[in-house]
Amino acid sequence: MSEPNHARRFTAIWIVASLIAVPLVIWVMGPELPPGKGSVQAAEHVTDNTVLVAAATPVFLMVVVYLLYAVICFRQPKGAALEGPAVRGNVRIQTWWIGVTSAAVLALAGFGSVELLANYGSGSGSGPSPLTVPSGPRLPVQVIAQQWAFTYRWPTYGGVETPHIVLPANTTIELNVTSLDVIHSFWAIQLGVKADANPGVNNVAFVKPTKRQSFEVRCAELCGIWHGNMFDTGHVVTPAAFVIWIHEQQRRFASVTKVLPPYSKTYLPEPTRRGG
Amino acid sequence: MNTTTAAETPHPVPRPLWRRLIGFNLLTAVLLGVGGYYLGWWIGHLIGFQGSFHYQTKSDENDVSLLLGYFFGVAGFLIGLGFANYPASRLLGRPASLREKEQEGIGRYFGLCTDHKVVGIQYLAGIGVFFFVGGLNAMLIRTELLHDTPTVVGPNQYLSLVGMHGSMMMGMMTSGILGPFANYFVPIMIGARRMAFPRIEALTFWLLMAAGFILVSTIFFGGFPTGWTGYEPLNDQAVMGMDSYIMFFALVGVSMTLLGLNMMATIMTMRAPDLPWSRLPIFVWSVFATSILMVLAAPMLIATLLMSALDRTIDTSFFIAGGGGSSYLFQNLFWFFGHPEVYILALPGFGVVLELITVFARKPLWGYRLAISGMLGVTLLSFFVWQHHLFVSGINADLRPFYILSTEIISVPTGFIFLCVMGTLWKGRISFTVPMLFCLAWTFNFLIGGLTGVFLSDAPVNTDLHGSFFVMAHFHYTIMGGLIFAFFAAVYYWVPKMLGLRFNEKLAKWHFWLMFIAFNSTFLPLFALGMEGMPRRVISYAPRLHTLNVWVSISAFVLGFSMLIFLFNVVYSLIFKREPAEANPWRSKSIEWQVPTPVPVENFPGDQLPSFDFEPYDYGVPQLPGGGTQPAPAGA
Repeated sequence: MSEPNHARRFTAIWIVASLIAVPLVIWVMGPELPPGKGSVQAAEHVTDNTVLVAAATPVFLMVVVYLLYAVICFRQPKGAALEGPAVRGNVRIQTWWIGVTSAAVLALAGFGSVELLANYGSGSGSGPSPLTVPSGPRLPVQVIAQQWAFTYRWPTYGGVETPHIVLPANTTIELNVTSLDVIHSFWAIQLGVKADANPGVNNVAFVKPTKRQSFEVRCAELCGIWHGNMFDTGHVVTPAAFVIWIHEQQRRFASVTKVLPPYSKTYLPEPTRRGG
Repeated sequence: MNTTTAAETPHPVPRPLWRRLIGFNLLTAVLLGVGGYYLGWWIGHLIGFQGSFHYQTKSDENDVSLLLGYFFGVAGFLIGLGFANYPASRLLGRPASLREKEQEGIGRYFGLCTDHKVVGIQYLAGIGVFFFVGGLNAMLIRTELLHDTPTVVGPNQYLSLVGMHGSMMMGMMTSGILGPFANYFVPIMIGARRMAFPRIEALTFWLLMAAGFILVSTIFFGGFPTGWTGYEPLNDQAVMGMDSYIMFFALVGVSMTLLGLNMMATIMTMRAPDLPWSRLPIFVWSVFATSILMVLAAPMLIATLLMSALDRTIDTSFFIAGGGGSSYLFQNLFWFFGHPEVYILALPGFGVVLELITVFARKPLWGYRLAISGMLGVTLLSFFVWQHHLFVSGINADLRPFYILSTEIISVPTGFIFLCVMGTLWKGRISFTVPMLFCLAWTFNFLIGGLTGVFLSDAPVNTDLHGSFFVMAHFHYTIMGGLIFAFFAAVYYWVPKMLGLRFNEKLAKWHFWLMFIAFNSTFLPLFALGMEGMPRRVISYAPRLHTLNVWVSISAFVLGFSMLIFLFNVVYSLIFKREPAEANPWRSKSIEWQVPTPVPVENFPGDQLPSFDFEPYDYGVPQLPGGGTQPAPAGA
């Protein structure tokens, strides 16, 4: 038969396409991937995103090149009614496929787990007592979500509560996220932070902003009709500027701070209409 | 209770119209449904006036009334259709009512009919209507998102639209392929003359229709703000429209459980004597795997919604933190159902695609056993991944490495399906019919859906993507790109058999290309939107994302237009230019194409079942002189 060696041709096309695409993905697309390098955690997410895109690219190309190859080379000739070869499987290919996909999946799962634990939850809400905690001093900030705004309490600054968030650069921040009513989710987009706010639960996330910047805060869990409008702009400033800002806040809200309930990990409102 | 005996049923003289309107039919069902609704409403108010509950202080809110109204309404509807006749006459010791037995004529499509082929067509039409409603919701959502602040609809209506769209698609479309195509073709494919439980089969359809109607009725009660996930405590806080969601999804759960049980029983017990498990068509295997999920997952949903309903009506505290409950509990229970649920939507698509590509590549299915293990593997693993929906929630945060692993492992059995698709195409003789185009598009779409799922399963990256448009794009690629493309493949492939029509090929190709291009143009940018910081279900978004959103909306309108082409094609081919279909236009070797069109009531003409003593998908196997086929080579 004069039929070309389809397997070899397909493999060659796929490998060439992957050799072109993967470096492009790593060095051209990778640095541009969200969420940017606003914090140590966000920078890690860029790396993780790059690794995943680089791993997914050859898989994507394999199936797409295969489909295109099949569509072009394995057509039914016009007007003909030919049958294909009656091949019902190939144990060797199947075994290799199972082995390779399992190995790839295990490697990715291992990589994800290590990245998660090594980065102290990688900016995600990790529950009231996270498994890994960064050493050294941290600035605790409480994020209190309610319909439809976030407010922030600063236990190391007299428990003052502020309507906006300003963070010092190059400082490990310990976010304690909780809610007063329904489930919300605190998302600081450019910092790579997301933590659900559940009523009666303290959800801790660690983040270390690396440069002066503005960042967007949005609610990422449907919380009622004004969910879409639950956003704010936060700022990362130098530690000196932060101290000036927080002292200004302490002065400004001194009369409010006096009547606030004492600082606590959660504030459980009495349920309005519950029986015993 | 009126019971009709066998002797009365075949009426030689046609009765006058007014006489035919009296009896167990859709009209009676609607009347009894409305009556039941008001009965329940009245009882609810009686309870309210006793003063033992707090809700009556909110003068126009009475959750007990609405839920009881729905409950009695559905009961009346089902009794009106005649679902109580059989159990009632058997309880009274009378002979079985034959009221619902197969009859001729168009009327059987509008009532209780136990012919699985009639139920299949009922499902196709009924689900089609609600799919259309859900699609219209999506169009309205995209219209609102043309602007980055609330403009067209208010935030309350917007969230109701989002919730209705999600619930409609995730609820009604669970039976999108099992309802029409499995009900119609599984008995034929396995050599049965009916389903194992024909009355339950009809019940699943009418329950689903009642459920869909109840969901739409939420607009009369203020809508619901929670989306299809119905998270507590927002659920508890919501107005009465939330009860519509609860009742809707509970009924869908009942329908799903019964459908799954019926399918399992049919496939297990009603196969032709010479049809072993090892030669079942792959579509039947996918239906079997889906049924396992339905039977095991859906009851969890019903229980969860019952707890929600109790929290809302008699003020229990399952999910209220201040009363000792937990908002995590709902998320856990919901996703324990919800993750298998997405595979309930995906698995039938696997079966349809694998079944169809053999016909159009003219090759046997490559890796039959691998495909089965892939489906059963997905079925098993789907119960161990649900907490990836709670990756940033703070519960069981230390268990995340396990859920990363379990979630990523599920891509191994899914990969089996891709290998089988690719192996079957290899050196095939592919003809690009419309069903085949949809199958190839499925492969492309589901590939993107699967690969983006790996990003979401990776907890560090998931931090940015959780609850964003990325998730939304991902599951639209698996459900719309997966289930709906497979659904249309099945429609173009099987409906000519079911309705005896031939679709206009040119319109069908226009539908396909427009749908495929517009689908990708709609949902690919959503990945970028999600990564750039657009949360799901928002009516306002950052102005920097405006251009991309306008692009997506316009693509979505084109996608909606492609559905209109399909609708036009259906009307055109069914009514205006009716060309009778050939018995086997695809030269398929599957058994369902060997029976005559229209399929006789007993499926197979005569007393004898056809022989099932052959390998499925005998394409490319030379016919032996004796009429039999070559023994298939072993392997896989």
